[in-house]
Order: sequence, then structure tokens, then C-alpha cells
Amino acid sequence: MSTNIEKDAHTGRETTGHEWDGIKELNTPLPKWWLYTFYACIAFALGYTVLYPAWPSLHSHTKGVLGWTQRDTVKSALDAREQTLAPVKAKLLATPIGDVEKDPELRSYVQAAGHIAFAENCAACHGAGGAGGKGFPNLADDDWLWGGTPEQILQTVTYGVRNANENSRVSDMPRFGADGLLTKEQINDVAEYVLSLSGTGTDKAAAGRGTAIFADNCAACHGEKGEGNPDVGAPRLNDAIWLYGGDKATVVQTITYARRGSMPAWSERLDPATVKLLAAYVHSLGGGK
Amino acid sequence: MDTNPQDGGVLERPAEDRKAAVRDGRPQSIKTSRDSQQGGLYAEHFKVYPKAISGPFRTIKWVVLALCLAVYYTVPWLRWDRGPGAPNQAVLIDLAAPRAYFLGIEIWPQEVYYITGLLVLGAVGLFLVTSLAGRVWCGYACPQTVWTDLFMAVERWIEGDRGARIRLDRQPLTQEKVLRKTAKHAAWLAIALATGGAWVLYFDDAPTAFKALVTGHATTREYFFVGLFTATTYILAGWAREQVCTYMCPWPRFQSAMLDVHSLVVTYEAWRGERRGPHKAGTSWEGRGDCIDCGQCIAVCPTGIDIRDGQQLECIGCGLCIDSCNDIMAKVGRPPNLIRFDTLANQEAKSTGSDHRYRLLRPRVVIYALVLVAVAGVMLTALETRSTMAISVLRDRAPLFVTLSDGSVRNGYTVKVINKRRGEGAYDLAILGQPGATLAVQDVGEAHGTDGVALPVHGDAVATFRVFISLPRTALVRDGGPKASIPLVFSLTEEGAAPAHTTFYEGVFMGPGAKP
Ligand code: SF4
Ligand code: SF4
Repeated sequence: MSTNIEKDAHTGRETTGHEWDGIKELNTPLPKWWLYTFYACIAFALGYTVLYPAWPSLHSHTKGVLGWTQRDTVKSALDAREQTLAPVKAKLLATPIGDVEKDPELRSYVQAAGHIAFAENCAACHGAGGAGGKGFPNLADDDWLWGGTPEQILQTVTYGVRNANENSRVSDMPRFGADGLLTKEQINDVAEYVLSLSGTGTDKAAAGRGTAIFADNCAACHGEKGEGNPDVGAPRLNDAIWLYGGDKATVVQTITYARRGSMPAWSERLDPATVKLLAAYVHSLGGGK
Repeated sequence: MDTNPQDGGVLERPAEDRKAAVRDGRPQSIKTSRDSQQGGLYAEHFKVYPKAISGPFRTIKWVVLALCLAVYYTVPWLRWDRGPGAPNQAVLIDLAAPRAYFLGIEIWPQEVYYITGLLVLGAVGLFLVTSLAGRVWCGYACPQTVWTDLFMAVERWIEGDRGARIRLDRQPLTQEKVLRKTAKHAAWLAIALATGGAWVLYFDDAPTAFKALVTGHATTREYFFVGLFTATTYILAGWAREQVCTYMCPWPRFQSAMLDVHSLVVTYEAWRGERRGPHKAGTSWEGRGDCIDCGQCIAVCPTGIDIRDGQQLECIGCGLCIDSCNDIMAKVGRPPNLIRFDTLANQEAKSTGSDHRYRLLRPRVVIYALVLVAVAGVMLTALETRSTMAISVLRDRAPLFVTLSDGSVRNGYTVKVINKRRGEGAYDLAILGQPGATLAVQDVGEAHGTDGVALPVHGDAVATFRVFISLPRTALVRDGGPKASIPLVFSLTEEGAAPAHTTFYEGVFMGPGAKP
């Protein structure tokens, strides 16, 4: 590429002096004001780096003379949110849990804020949307260990299950096999009986033998027909929902070793407004009574 | 001869003529903006001092200018009755609502494709007009042209015509100069302020917003935008002017794709203009061209170019050089329209003495026109059939489905119902073809089978509902096996609407599939 500026005969204008394969380019110079705009941008950028945090150093960065930080911005945004939400939080605390869903303002607050609080605190065990998992109850279905009314849910969230809190919900299923209360055969029979309650049993004879064992050992908590008892957290056994699994082997294991799932008392970790918010949100997931 | 409109084509004067022109030089007093672009990396600023001119093209320009400004300033004040509770401004973009109103049309944010359609119409319309008549948009209707023209008129009124302005600028700083310059910039700023002020009236109820603006009660945001548009108007129309068209606007750069030799453009009849040169009254016109090289066409040009150099990117097609040259031609007694609106093909024909012809109907013109009609048709149809209600359904992802104690399966949905009418509406939501279905709308009601639940929705609003649908396991059995997913059709019927109006949403319902 040569740099041979010449006057183009056709247009009477100068070329840039560049030539590519015989093609020459006319010089159309940039107007100076455009160059000055560029300088103005540089000046702006320099001013900006003085005023605002800009240059990195090895372990930190220049702070800028305005002392602006993004953390402050976030904090003031959070404070502002706290302020706008204060009245609705106060209203939530003052409203009986059973009436929260009747109030449109609280209802939309529960949907929006509850979703976030649930994701932060509960979803780790109960799954996103309360889908649950093995050992962790599904909160969207119509089956509740400790009751599905708003009041019962609030109680459970506030004090938890089988924890050190003195108001914790407690109940202990005996370890029928491990502690020698029932023999292997008896456990097999009662397991068949339990499965027959929801129509999934296969061995009618064993189920028949298990009827009496169930009445003696299980019915006190789980009910005559296996209808469950939310007062003592005894699951309903005659339905299609199984917390640990409804296959024969799992049921046998449950009877042998018992199950003692636990849940924290959230009143020890969260403020009362959030606890109430979570209870109302869980109730709204679809299974609330 | 080369007929590409971008490099002069047939209008290029023969090389020997050009050389002669370069040698002779133009009249010393008349420099073109192109002269400033010679050599170096950066061009010095070249100030254009357009001379006043009158004539048919100037008159058209004044009329279009008056029309454009009148539309801009009066439209926000037009009223349009939409009934109680709705804004009564004919054209309003309410960003907070958010709604856009155009006479009887109301646009929701999800209907922003109407705006897209309008932009497409605008663009294709521009293509069509340009392929027929060159840059008439640039020369007459572009806001940059309209406001620059207005600013130039004010400038002429305060500082005088071309000569006076050049003298004023060369003058040392006298009291008169300071006075005139101050008056000019004050007038410019006043116009700019009116421009910026009118802009925000399109985004708020005009009388209220105007009162708030002048009494100092408008929002910071409104003052910011007034300030922004005041500044841009003042800078672009007062200072930048032709620089915007030459260096900033993308349109001159790709308009050559719309032009061809059959488009009407502002051209110089080089075949009869050359050889140019001063002409003494009474002497013969034999053996020379009609152009007396007076430079008046350059003097009136708002972009400061010489149209005799051929088609140029800088030329906005305003036609003022035509008016000016026709004055001269009348004075020297030569036929008018040495500079004229004509097609390059015509010019070529004339220069060779063959028959000239107009070919307005070219493939590109037909295609642009067809696209224009098609887009307009689609938009009109869309507008005609615009529904006053809509449903959107979002199925819960977590949990995917819930098994209930009786073994049935439940799915959760978030249903949004849009009521575009002004009054309260009730919409019947139902599930089609599932006799075993239970439809529960949280806090609203429950229905079984194909019965519906009435959803109340306020006027001009979107309401969101949590909907739970339960189906017996047997409903999920298809082709002999349980399916993990089956289609589910929602229907939404506006209650009391005549004629009955139902819309459907095809969703899915999920279950455990073959797993126990
Ligand atoms: S105004 Fe007409 S006569 Fe005068 S220089 Fe321009 S083209 Fe030639
Ligand atoms: S050359 Fe003529 S038509 Fe083009 S911008 Fe100048 S005055 Fe207008």
C-alpha cells in the first residue's frame, strides 16, 4: 500500500493516498467538530474517574471524590422498600391468619413476598413451589401431617417439628422392629394391611392377619381406618400420598425403624411478620384447608 | 456514459470542462462546503450562509413548514371523548398506564406491534417516495429541515440576508453585533423551548401538563425532557444544521439504494449549461452554455454545495437552487429550468437529442407500493379484529403436578385475563372436554366438569388468577397407557357480550405418567 496523495481528475478532489489493487479512495475528511466531540468524551471520562470509583489497584480501587458506592444505593433502595412495605406488614401482623386471604392487598403481598421468602427459607427442603420430596412433605397437596388450616400451618411454621423449641410439635412413632416390639412376620402382615387401606396390597391373607396387629399397635395414632390424626402428626395411611414411599419394602422399613422427620422453629430465625407471611403463602399453594 | 446517480453520472461535466472549471476557479465569493473538505484528516468548519430566495419551491417549503409546525403544536390539544375514566386527549402516550391513544385506537404494551407496523409503513413509504421523487422528505418534511428552515428565517430576520450575515461575522465585536447575535440566540432558544415544551404534552394531559410546566409544578422528569429537547433543537437547528444531514443522518447514506436513473432528482442540465462563463448583456449565446456562472445556486443552497457538480450526498433535494437559477435565466433571457427536477435518464436523452421518456412504474416502485399496501392491509385487519379480551395461561413449573390423596392429579396455572373494555367485565373460564375435571380459582370459586367459573375483571385492566385443575388419573390414560402430558383447552367467554365472544387457550396438563 503506497501513500501517494494525488488529485483525482474525475472529481477534482484529493485521494487519501491509499491504494488497494488499483482502487484509490477519495479523501473525505472528518469535520473538526466531530473530533472535538471525541475530546469532550475523553474529558468527560476523566472527570468521571475522578468523581466516581474507577481505577483498580491491587487490593482495592480509587473511591472517587463523591464517595458514591453501589452498596449505599442498594441500601437506600432496600430501606425505601422497607418503608413502603411497613404498613402492609403491620396489617398482616394485625390480621388473624384465617382472614389474610380475604384481604386483596394482603393476598397480593403474600403471593409476591411469600414467594421470595419461601424460596429463601423453605425451598431447600420442601422444593420450589412446595413440591416436596422423599421425607419432605409436599405443601401443595391436600394431605397434611399437622393439619392444613391457616392456624395449624402457622403453628407448625412458628414452632417447627421435633426440635429443641419447647412449643415444638412432637410425636414419636415407636421403632417396632428395631426395638423388638413386633416380629418380622408381624411387620410383614401389618405392612400388607396398611397397603390394603389404599388398595395397593397384594397379599390378602397377610393383610387379614395384620388387621388385629394394626388395631393394637397403630390405630391409636393413625386411626381405625388409617385416616390419620393431625393432632399428633400421624399421617393418613388410606390415601395415595406417601411421604417416604408407598411400596412394600419402604413401608416395612418405616414400621421397623420409624420415621422422625424434623423442622426448625422458624420463630427463632425469622421475624413474626415473615413467619406469618410464610404460613399464609404455604396455605395458598393449593392444598390449604 | 456512466449513469450511477451517486457519482454524477450523465451530469458530470466532461473532464476537460471540469479541468477548465478548476483552472478558472469558481467566482471567488462563492465557496462550496465541499471546498472545505480538501486535504488533511480533519475538515475545517465551513459556515453556510444561505441566501433568501422566492419561487415555487420556496413557497412549497413554507407551506409544508407551516403545516408540520401546526400539526406538531396543535395535536396534543385535540380532544377525543372516550367516556368517563379515560383520558380525553386525542393523541396521548401514557407511559405510566401504560397505554397509547390515537383517536379511537387504544394500544396496550403487548400491542406495540402496531407501532412497529407504523414504522414499517413510514420506512416503506419513504422508500416509495424516494424512488419516485428523490429526497423530498429531506428537502421538505424532515423535522431537521423544518426547524432549520425556521431558525434560518429568524436568523435572516434579525441579522439580514447572506451578505449582511457574512459582513456581520467578519466585523469586530461592536455593540450592534452583540445585540443582533444575542437577539438571534434568544429567539432560537425561545423556539427550542417551545419545541421541547410541546414534546412532553404528548405524554400527559396537555392542559394540565402545560399549566404544571409554566407554574413550576411539573415533575423533574418532565423538566428534564423539556430541557433535553430544547437543547437538541437549539443545537441541531441552530448550529449543526446541514452537518446533521451530511455527517449524522444514516438516510442519505442508503438512499442511493432507492434511487435509480428514473427517479426525479434535482439536476443541472450540463448539456446546455456548459460551457459556463460570465455573459455580457447583448452579446451572443452562440458557442457557449446557458450557465453564466453567477453562483446564485450555491448561494441559496442550505447545504452549501454546487449542484452543477452532479448528484451529491449533501443535496437534500430542496429545489431552492431551481428557484434561484430560474430568476437568473429570466433575467438573462434564457429558457428556464437549467436546474430542474428531472430524471437522470431524461437528462441523458436530452443531452443526446433523443426522445425523453419518464418511467415512473419500475419494478422497485411496484414492489414498494405492494409492500405498503400489504402492511397497511395487515394492520387494518389487525385493528378491525382487535379483541377486547385476552387470556394467557402459565402452567406452574414447580411443582409440575401434585398427587392428591384420592389419587387424582392437580396442576396449578396462573391465568391472566385482559379486559380492554372500559367497564367491569365477567369472564367465564372453563375446561373443555374433561367431565371429571375440577376447576378451582383461588379466592373466586370452584366448578366441576365443563362448568365455568366467572372471573371478575375491572375495566381497562389485567387480572391475575391462581387456578388449580384436578383430573382423575383415568383422564391421563390415552392410547392404552398413562401419559405424562395431555393437551388441555381453556375457554374464556365474555358474559353478556353480544355477539357471544369466546377465546381459547391450548395448554397442557401433566401427570406422573407410567411411574407409580
Ligand atoms: S444559478 Fe444558474 S446560471 Fe447561476 S451559476 Fe447556478 S446554474 Fe449557473
Ligand atoms: S443543491 Fe439545490 S436542491 Fe440540493 S440542497 Fe442545495 S439548493 Fe437544495
